[in-house]
Amino acid sequence: MHPAPSVIVFTSFSGLGFGLLFWLGIGLPAVTGWTAFAFFTIAYLFAVGGLVSSTFHLGHPERALKAFTQWRTSWLSREGWAAVASLIVMAAYGAGLVFVQSRWPVLGYVGAALCLLTVFTTSMIYAQMKTIPRWNSVLTPLNYLSISLGGGALLAGQITWAIWLLLAAGVLQIAAWLRGDRALTDSGTDLASATRLGTIGKVRAFEPPHTGTNYLLKEFVHVVGRKHALKLRVIAITLMSALPVLLLLLPFTHIAAAAAVVSHLAGVLTARWLFFAEAEHVVGLYYGAHAGKAA
Amino acid sequence: MTHHQPELDLSPKVSDEVRKTTCYMCACRCGINVHMKDGKVAYIEGNRDHPVNRGVLCAKGSAGIMQHNAPSRLRAPLKRVGPRGSGEFEEITWDEALEIATGWLAPIRETAPEKLAFFTGRDQSQSFTSLWAQSFGTPNYAAHGGFCSVNMATAGIYTMGGAFWEFGQPDWDHTKLFMLFGVAEDHDSNPIKMGIGKIKARGARVIGVNPIRTGYNAVADDWVGITPGTDGLFILSMVHCLMKSGRIDLHYLAQYTDAPVMVNADETSPQHGLLLRDEDGKEQVIDRRTGKLCAFDAPGVRPDLSATYEVDGVTHRPVFHHMAEKYLADTYAPEAIADKVGIPAKRIRAIAAELARIAFDEAFELQREWTDFRGETHKTMTGRPVSFHAMRGISAHANGFQTCRALHLLQIILGTVEVPGGFRFKPPYPKPATAHPKPHSGVNPGAPLNGPHLGFVHGPDDLALNEDGSPARIDKAFTWENPMSSHGLMHMVISNAHAGDPYKIDTLFMYMANMSWNSSLNVGGVMEMLTDKNENGDYVIPRIIYSDAYSSEMVAYADLILPDTTYLERHDCISLLDRPICEADAAADAIRWPVVQPDRDVRGFQSVLCELGAKLGLPAFVNDDGSQKYADYADYITNHMRRPGVGPLFGYRGAAGRQTGRGDANPNQLDRYIENGGFFISHVPEEAAYYKPWNRDYQDWAVQNALYDAPQPYLFSLYVEPLRRFQLAAEGHGERQPPDHLRQRIIDTMSPLPIWYDCDSAGTEGYDIHALTQRPMAMYHSWGGQNAWLRQIHGHNPLYLPTNLMRAHDLKDGDWAHVSSPHGRITVPVMEMAALNPNTVWTWNAIGKRKGAWALDEDAPEATKGFLLNHLMHELLPPKGDGLRWSNSDPVTGQAAWFDLKVKIEKAEQIAQTRPDFPAQTSPVGKGPRLLRWKVGR
Amino acid sequence: MTALPERTDRKLGLVIDLDTCVGCHACVISCKGWNTENYGAPLSDQDPYGGAPSGTFLNRVHSYEVQPPEGAAQLVHFPKSCLHCEDAPCVTVCPTGASYKRVEDGIVLVNESDCIGCGLCAWACPYGARELDAAEGVMKKCTLCVDRIYNENLPEVDRTPACVRTCPAGARHFGDLSDPASDVSRLVSERGGVDLMPEQGTKPVNKYLPPRPRDRLARDAAEPTTGEIDVLAPFLEPVAETPQGFIGWLDRALEKL
Ligand SMILES: Nc1nc2c(c(=O)[nH]1)N[C@H]1C(S)=C(S)[C@@H](COP(=O)(O)OP(=O)(O)OC[C@H]3O[C@@H](n4cnc5c(=O)[nH]c(N)nc54)[C@H](O)[C@@H]3O)O[C@H]1N2
Ligand SMILES: Nc1nc2c(c(=O)[nH]1)N[C@H]1C(S)=C(S)[C@@H](COP(=O)(O)OP(=O)(O)OC[C@H]3O[C@@H](n4cnc5c(=O)[nH]c(N)nc54)[C@H](O)[C@@H]3O)O[C@H]1N2
Ligand code: SF4
Ligand code: SF4
Ligand code: SF4
Ligand code: SF4
Ligand code: SF4
Ligand SMILES: [Mo]
Repeated sequence: MHPAPSVIVFTSFSGLGFGLLFWLGIGLPAVTGWTAFAFFTIAYLFAVGGLVSSTFHLGHPERALKAFTQWRTSWLSREGWAAVASLIVMAAYGAGLVFVQSRWPVLGYVGAALCLLTVFTTSMIYAQMKTIPRWNSVLTPLNYLSISLGGGALLAGQITWAIWLLLAAGVLQIAAWLRGDRALTDSGTDLASATRLGTIGKVRAFEPPHTGTNYLLKEFVHVVGRKHALKLRVIAITLMSALPVLLLLLPFTHIAAAAAVVSHLAGVLTARWLFFAEAEHVVGLYYGAHAGKAA
Repeated sequence: MTHHQPELDLSPKVSDEVRKTTCYMCACRCGINVHMKDGKVAYIEGNRDHPVNRGVLCAKGSAGIMQHNAPSRLRAPLKRVGPRGSGEFEEITWDEALEIATGWLAPIRETAPEKLAFFTGRDQSQSFTSLWAQSFGTPNYAAHGGFCSVNMATAGIYTMGGAFWEFGQPDWDHTKLFMLFGVAEDHDSNPIKMGIGKIKARGARVIGVNPIRTGYNAVADDWVGITPGTDGLFILSMVHCLMKSGRIDLHYLAQYTDAPVMVNADETSPQHGLLLRDEDGKEQVIDRRTGKLCAFDAPGVRPDLSATYEVDGVTHRPVFHHMAEKYLADTYAPEAIADKVGIPAKRIRAIAAELARIAFDEAFELQREWTDFRGETHKTMTGRPVSFHAMRGISAHANGFQTCRALHLLQIILGTVEVPGGFRFKPPYPKPATAHPKPHSGVNPGAPLNGPHLGFVHGPDDLALNEDGSPARIDKAFTWENPMSSHGLMHMVISNAHAGDPYKIDTLFMYMANMSWNSSLNVGGVMEMLTDKNENGDYVIPRIIYSDAYSSEMVAYADLILPDTTYLERHDCISLLDRPICEADAAADAIRWPVVQPDRDVRGFQSVLCELGAKLGLPAFVNDDGSQKYADYADYITNHMRRPGVGPLFGYRGAAGRQTGRGDANPNQLDRYIENGGFFISHVPEEAAYYKPWNRDYQDWAVQNALYDAPQPYLFSLYVEPLRRFQLAAEGHGERQPPDHLRQRIIDTMSPLPIWYDCDSAGTEGYDIHALTQRPMAMYHSWGGQNAWLRQIHGHNPLYLPTNLMRAHDLKDGDWAHVSSPHGRITVPVMEMAALNPNTVWTWNAIGKRKGAWALDEDAPEATKGFLLNHLMHELLPPKGDGLRWSNSDPVTGQAAWFDLKVKIEKAEQIAQTRPDFPAQTSPVGKGPRLLRWKVGR
Repeated sequence: MTALPERTDRKLGLVIDLDTCVGCHACVISCKGWNTENYGAPLSDQDPYGGAPSGTFLNRVHSYEVQPPEGAAQLVHFPKSCLHCEDAPCVTVCPTGASYKRVEDGIVLVNESDCIGCGLCAWACPYGARELDAAEGVMKKCTLCVDRIYNENLPEVDRTPACVRTCPAGARHFGDLSDPASDVSRLVSERGGVDLMPEQGTKPVNKYLPPRPRDRLARDAAEPTTGEIDVLAPFLEPVAETPQGFIGWLDRALEKL
């Protein structure tokens, strides 16, 4: 898949934003007033900023409201509802914390649940895609949720939670990668099933339908070199999990904490870049892509 | 839950009006429905009533809208201001343009008309342009057939009075086995696809003989990946197998061919090897009923294939004996030739056996009575459901003429020509070589040429030679070098004119031919010849006038450009006098008409010739009072008479428009064509549909439709006597004698019975990989490249290598390689292909473009990654031991041997630009837009 | 509505004959032409005369090389457009309801005025049948020429998809695949028509007829027993070994004529 910056920024930041809101919703840290305001501002900047950035890749952002209509079937629509619902609930909850200095726990728990639901719906947009075997797994929601929770805990200053969750996120991320590397082969979809010519013999893509490029090639047929991917995976896991955990294990300083956040964010962005860039859409098979992998 | 879905308008308005005309995205000439909205062209689809395409349309045809609107269209007449080749022009008025042209041409005509060389490309108005040239008086006229497929045309016409090339087709409705030699696309683009679809739907089979398995060969049930240039050997080997096993149609050979005709066997006679004829010139056969010699067409005669005839102590033997002697020889046994052709001997035998099995064991009868030319009535028509088709894969080799003849021999011994299930002629064919004109080259300053330029020679006397034996024509057509060059040699014009050999010319006038690019062998050389200057600083070829519709590579090399319209903006005439749209069951012709008016200062080229002809006072183009005879091409189409009552169009003749074939001019003729969908059709009656050369009903019908002036039944010529006449001359007989250095070659190649010889030329040692091009179905030569839709499909072209050569050269897809021949080197990207002859590489034809041409950006993939194989070719072969350079063409017809190219391959560094890389030409029309959102009916 | 209808009255679709398709791209361009001028926004082209031309097409023709275990490699031309799947994932993912499957005939369409151009439906389609138009920002896909097949402004014979009408080889067939008696259904059963990527569970309506067996006439000399070669061999028994013998045979044969 084409690693579109708008989608990478969207999933990374909104994941963190909703993660932070989750922690705020369950009262960790139990902040009020200006401190709460600061936390909520960061959370909303991340969550809403991410959402707004996601509209950049729309052909018709002005019609975005239409996306709320199909919640019965569409995870994207559900994500919209979940996001709006969590933002509204958390706004009310946050207003209580900031302006009336009071914490309405039920509202907070509901909001927190909605935040998790939002991240889950986001992840399901990808996880539901049978066309992208690498994503089509429970590991995708686990990956998104663990990062969101871990990153949220980090931002929320929940050091212990953050350490464990970031470790878990790291492990899940590695699991997702390892599973992902076999996913296309295991899916049973290959050039032979795509063309149904496999019964005659070994199929090889010959001439593409066009020497010019097209939407499909730009959007779906992105190939990352194996070596390059491996390097990026090491960087991602180091920045996303290992380094923040190490920094958190050190005696607390604001600088170390800030560094942990920055490192985590950079790691998540890298991991997300890989999430898209490494994803093999089966349509690539028609164009002779993934030939080595599916063999 | 109920399912909601939007209300759709399921019957939106399609268009305001449909205008029916003829496609010209290639020379197939399909009928099109042009849907108009707001006076603009909105959508083009095939015309279901049209005999050629019956509603279907190819990719190019549907993309016509992009061609018609291409930004590369020329806008006004142009006068060159920069050096030749630069593309720098200024726009001028038509008055000025015609004045310049008249100023150049009038003096030539008065003094030395041959100093004008007028050559046209793949237009469809050759009967018109040749009339113009004839009236001008120059002998130097021809169209592109000489480099395209003259081997196919001449071999067919000399042998059977009709050729595969445009003038015949398999009996798609009845054939059970269709064997295709060397065809990627052909002129008959849609009909072949329709035919293949039709026979596949019936479960009939296709055998494809082609080094490359794409397109038609990919859908062929059996693919024969032959070694290029060896088809003749393969075919003659099958002839050997069939004759040896007696699986041949003896009745057919005896009745309809020259197989029983007696051959003069007196080795001392100047008639040796010629056919025995009576006083009327009729071929003589022995009648089996009487054992006596008689004319082939005597009523009821049963010609004997076996009898010999003794006179003056010399035994005359029928052609069939000569065939037996030649083809039964073990040299043609499959085992003897298998390695050379690259097909296992068993497979050759199996294919021959299958041909015979279908032809004879699956023969069938059509219950149709018909009467032959000897007056005998037959109750039925016997079907032999094996059909063949072939094109440039066999004809574009230096042995192409004889190879095409060999294929006709195979068809004929199987009895499959003009029978149900076999190969059928399209009117105006069949028409034997003797019914065609002979070439003329008699020049008289200020007066027309003494006859038509092109035709069929029947011996040395018909050659176009001056008194001193030197060539009369600039292209050296109809000379000892290539005596049967019936279509001229357009590919030799520029190099001969540049060399001043046989003489210098003044003005080169070309139409619709991209000679500085994909239409020439030796592109780089031609570019130099066109720009070369003499010691005075003048161009060696002094003046070049060119008519194109688009900003092609050739435009940059002309001094004066006469911009043509697009095919939707002009009148055209696809005439029975020329290359009509007939089908085997019907004679048909068609027109184009301006379905839209040009929005630029351009004029239909033929109309311009009407005006230029009048300004020059050409007799065919002025009235008695000297005034302009034809106001424009439409006027010519309507009013010109070629023979009494016969004009360019054969439908709706006579003042009332009720006559077909012959009749007075009808002022409303074009309107009647338009009402009828742009064409006219006259069906062949059922009883005349087969055996056309010998079928009385057909002959009479052809006369009625003005295809002939009198019935002209004839025998197929397995033995082409004119060839023998040239051999006799080379053996020393007769007045006109070839130069000594050509004698042996004439004897070797001009065999009256089909032969095969190798076309590997001297000087190419070490270059042992065959390199071919193929027509892409969705692209037409260079014209397609400017088409926004088509160029997305074929925007650049890799060189395809077979798996073994990829491995041998350590290449993988996307790598680059140097490809070299004795003439040059190109550096190009490569791709692997397994379904390919192991010693052949190939690429799509004419995708590469020169930078700056066609209103494309200079970084267009056509110019950066695309390439031509033409840079590796040359119009002359490498020097031989004697220092002479022979032309790279068939020694019989002069057809350019495009597919004889042999190369060497080496891996190259990865680069970003194919080599050679010529400097950009300036675009006289600017560049195209950045975005297309085409919709006229918003 | 992006829920799929529980059932459709008919299943209109295409049957594509891979035995006959010559790879001419006629269907590609006639589709481009028709759909540029008709249903919805025009199919735009970016950089149409430049260095990297690209554009929106609803139908494209691939080609594949197939190497059987024995014998020559084969080439198969492979046209591909929307397969109008019964379980169309492209429909259910659509957040706006712009993508839908029609109840009356099963055609999968995009309502362009509702489409936000999120691209998700194209992600969900395994076949690459959807292309987002770069100029218009809406999703384009094969409409099965819904604006032709019922169009009363067209003569009845022409109420068929543009690509089918134009295909010179007759390799594209249009009809109702829910009707076992239809021509298309019969073709599918007679010729063993198949689904593409059946494991994706999309249940395509369009079917592909596989190429008929190739190169059966005669195999290599190395394996003389496998081809039909030995069956054919007797048909070419020599009538005589020498030219003189041949003339003798000829005389006898002519007697019989
Ligand atoms: N390597 C290789 N080279 C080959 C061949 C091959 O097989 N291999 N084949 C050869 C053969 S057979 C042929 S026929 C030639 C074809 O090659 P060309 O005859 O050169 O064909 P094009 O370049 O397509 O067209 C010639 C010119 O006609 C112009 N034209 C198009 N429409 C119109 C119009 O309406 N009016 C006017 N006045 N001009 C118009 C085009 O712009 C173009 O400049 O190529 C030859 N070259
Ligand atoms: N779409 C499209 N149609 C066209 C044209 C076009 O440019 N585009 N051009 C038109 C013109 S001008 C012409 S002349 C015709 C030409 O029509 P074709 O004759 O079909 O022309 P080519 O594409 O040159 O195909 C030659 C074929 O012969 C094969 N071949 C080469 N050498 C040999 C050999 O030794 N033996 C055998 N058996 N095969 C061999 C090649 O692999 C190739 O498949 O097409 C016309 N139609
Ligand atoms: S084959 Fe195609 S380009 Fe040629 S005339 Fe027919 S429709 Fe036009
Ligand atoms: S038009 Fe027909 S033959 Fe041509 S590519 Fe399309 S399906 Fe194949
Ligand atoms: S082919 Fe693709 S776009 Fe068409 S219905 Fe199936 S999934 Fe949807
Ligand atoms: S691109 Fe349009 S049709 Fe596709 S899912 Fe998004 S809104 Fe629906
Ligand atoms: S059915 Fe219509 S929209 Fe679909 S591929 Fe064919 S022409 Fe294009
Ligand atoms: Mo040609």
